[in-house]
Amino acid sequence: MNRYPLWKYLVIAVAIVVGFLYTLPNFFPEAPAVQVSSSKATVAVDNALLGTVEDTLKAAGIPYRGATLDPVGVKVRFADPDIQLKAKDALQTKLGDNYIVALNLLSASPAWLTAIGALPMYLGLDLRGGVHFLLQVDMKAALDKAADRYTTDIRSLLREKKVQYGGVVREASNVVVRFRDGAERAKARVEIEQAFADLVVREADAPGGEMRLIATLKPEAQKKFQDGAIQQNITILRNRVNELGVAEPIVQQQGAERVVVQLPGVQDTARAKDLLGRTASLEIRMVNDEPGALEAALGGQVPFGSDLFTERGGSPVLVRRQVVLTGDRINDAQPGFDSRSSDAAVHVNLDGTGARIFKEVTRDNVGKRMAIVLVEKGKAEVITAPVIREEIGGGRVQISGRMSTREANDVALLMRAGALAAPMEIVEERTVGPSLGKENIEKGFNSVFYGFIVLSIFMCVYYHLMGLISTIALSLNLLLLVALLSMLQATLTLPGIAAIALTLGMAIDSNVLINERIREELRWGMTPHAAVSAGYERAFGTILDSNVTTLIAGIALLIFGSGPVRGFAVVHCLGIMTSMFSAVFLSRGIVNLIYGGRKKLDKISIGQVWRPAASGGVPAK
Amino acid sequence: MEFFRIRRDIPFMRHALTFNVISLVTFLLAVFFLATRGLNLGVDFRGGTLIEVTYDHGVDFNRVRGALDTLNLGEYAAQSFGSSNTALIRLPLKDGVSSAQLSERVLGALRADDPTATQRRVEFVGPQVGKELYENGALALLLVSLGIVGYLAMRFEWRFAIAAIIANLHDVIIILGFFAMFQWEFSLPVLAAVLAVLGYSVNESVVIADRIRENFRKMRKATVTHVIDNAITSTISRTIITHGLTLMMVLSILFFGGETLHYFALALTIGICFGIYSSVLVMAPLVMWMGVSREDLVKPEKRRDGADGEKIVP
Repeated sequence: MNRYPLWKYLVIAVAIVVGFLYTLPNFFPEAPAVQVSSSKATVAVDNALLGTVEDTLKAAGIPYRGATLDPVGVKVRFADPDIQLKAKDALQTKLGDNYIVALNLLSASPAWLTAIGALPMYLGLDLRGGVHFLLQVDMKAALDKAADRYTTDIRSLLREKKVQYGGVVREASNVVVRFRDGAERAKARVEIEQAFADLVVREADAPGGEMRLIATLKPEAQKKFQDGAIQQNITILRNRVNELGVAEPIVQQQGAERVVVQLPGVQDTARAKDLLGRTASLEIRMVNDEPGALEAALGGQVPFGSDLFTERGGSPVLVRRQVVLTGDRINDAQPGFDSRSSDAAVHVNLDGTGARIFKEVTRDNVGKRMAIVLVEKGKAEVITAPVIREEIGGGRVQISGRMSTREANDVALLMRAGALAAPMEIVEERTVGPSLGKENIEKGFNSVFYGFIVLSIFMCVYYHLMGLISTIALSLNLLLLVALLSMLQATLTLPGIAAIALTLGMAIDSNVLINERIREELRWGMTPHAAVSAGYERAFGTILDSNVTTLIAGIALLIFGSGPVRGFAVVHCLGIMTSMFSAVFLSRGIVNLIYGGRKKLDKISIGQVWRPAASGGVPAK
Repeated sequence: MEFFRIRRDIPFMRHALTFNVISLVTFLLAVFFLATRGLNLGVDFRGGTLIEVTYDHGVDFNRVRGALDTLNLGEYAAQSFGSSNTALIRLPLKDGVSSAQLSERVLGALRADDPTATQRRVEFVGPQVGKELYENGALALLLVSLGIVGYLAMRFEWRFAIAAIIANLHDVIIILGFFAMFQWEFSLPVLAAVLAVLGYSVNESVVIADRIRENFRKMRKATVTHVIDNAITSTISRTIITHGLTLMMVLSILFFGGETLHYFALALTIGICFGIYSSVLVMAPLVMWMGVSREDLVKPEKRRDGADGEKIVP
């Protein structure tokens, strides 16, 4: 009756082997490493980069312990932090701005473990140190900005269509147009509705009898606009975070209006904040093409009213100081294709005022070059400097020629990324220093360790062999839990470690329930085999019920918790599942293995079973 | 070794009223402290900034305050944290002061005063986020309660569900009462602990409820009171052993887990101690008073397997 079929033993064996393999990486110490990844979408991370990295290190005479290539980038391990720093400097100098060279810690686990995806647990910021920011996008400001743009657009439209109006102003995120007569208003309404599909226009008269039109962004357009704004902000934040040289940054949308930025290992919060809050701007200026001017500038004689910049790709460009257009006149920039030549192109969409200015400038400067300049941190870079072929009206501009699809993508991204689409504000910050992180790991480990020791001693003393079996099941529970956390790469936080301790404390409940039940059955005179069987079966219903209720609490925490609490909840939920497996299924397996084979079993080692009939107590028979 | 050698069922239900009066008094005390003193909400819920700074030597708080007073921060608090080398500074939310720069200014001032000052931890929570965390916490509590009531009502019977949730919410209130009485800081991890306690002490109620149901099946002649007494008596050794072991684990967190987990572990400790009491001695009488009967729990019996034959238990 106490035997498992072979497949159940196989399941247990497989679980233990897999658990062991995936727990293993956590035991290897972390080695200092340098991670090289690309800072731009156009720069590929491939075997050539791996070769360059290795050659650079060899040339500089820096000893390293293996370099690997993964989707993120090239990772190289070193013997100690001094060599790591030296290597970082050497690589940064050699590779330049197109690559991010970041310090990192990598588990020194052997390559075959990494190959099967066995990685150490992913530690949260409170354990490894770093910065966590929650940024809120000010959508109202973004919508106001959009309304501002429409105000200008509507004004130029009405002027262009020769509609008589009294004035156009922005009120909150609406555009209000005043009229003196009804016919003009009707005409204006048709024109506005035709020109701007995203606006909904209604007639509303002011109390004084003044005739007005109120234009509002349609809800779906508003949503599209907000999504676009947050996506754009995330793109910009990613670009900026890349500059910090953080090994594993996280930039993620949270909810409709928030962005989470996590920078493990970053200590200089001032710089991080400065970088995240920085405003960059995009300018369109004319290129100074006067013969000899560029040569003079390269020779050190920059002509008055011009700046010498470098184009992406490295060639110098002389650009006039007068700004033709600023980035906020650009509504959108998307990569695409030229309809005639099917070359890669960037389609730029300007707002009304921008379109008008652009038309004038292009008309007067056919055949000349114009430069699109990104100014960030006071450092200007020419993204591209195309030649004007013809007069361009209507606000739709196409930049094409000599561009690959990837370059088109990159240029579009940079043009959009000129400035944050909407202002952002830090609404939550959590910074943990590296020493505190180390201390937290140690403290967390200690609480699990000592608690576990006390538990084990008690179980072995009180329940003898059955207690030892429970202890083994509990250790396997811990093994499986750690393996599962490593496998899922769930974030382990300090409350998460506390949850491991707590889960073990709760998991032992199942074994106590079972052992007490077996004793009870023995007390009423059942044979040992029957008692074990009945003990496990009867206790199971109770164990299931109590674990489900605990799981309900865990899931609620998972849904509503944030940050450290979520870390607690994840471990708690996973722990309940592994404890069901190990406390019931696995411990029964061990019991069966020990006792199941014996036909005639006189007693089991479960400590003393006291019987009320014979006071003083008799060992179980 | 066998700790519990109980010959006869302990007549718990005879003292049901006493237990419930004790519990009611504790509960009312907790409510009293919650009402008069209120919870000392941490930065997580109230919003504000918290900065932990260490020095190479013991902290001289007069100098720390002196340095901070120059910044005109409003009503701040500075106290030691964990060791004498560490200071914890709490700053309230202030309109018009950019959160981003606040911690830098504070650290700058402290460094100017004493260059060994090192920042260990900064937590800033904006007012909006704080409010949301608070609301989400309340929502989580509600959801857990409803989930547990629903599950128990489905698995057992509505009377058990109601009794269990009353017993366990009373634990929650008592934990909160302790936090209010001693003005311990109520933070996110403490909330997690409170919810974990809720899930955990329901375990206890489930074990008892299970046993009561089983006894109704086995002890056909016994009265309801006898059935409940027997259920509690026969599970009491398990109850005390498991709670003792879980408590060991929690105490291990309390002693070795450091300052950050201190209140978390404290909430769990209180919760576990009261959990034993309430889920056994509060829930069972409530079930009895609500008039549970054999017919409510024992569905028309399907024959069970041989090993499980009926027997009368003394």
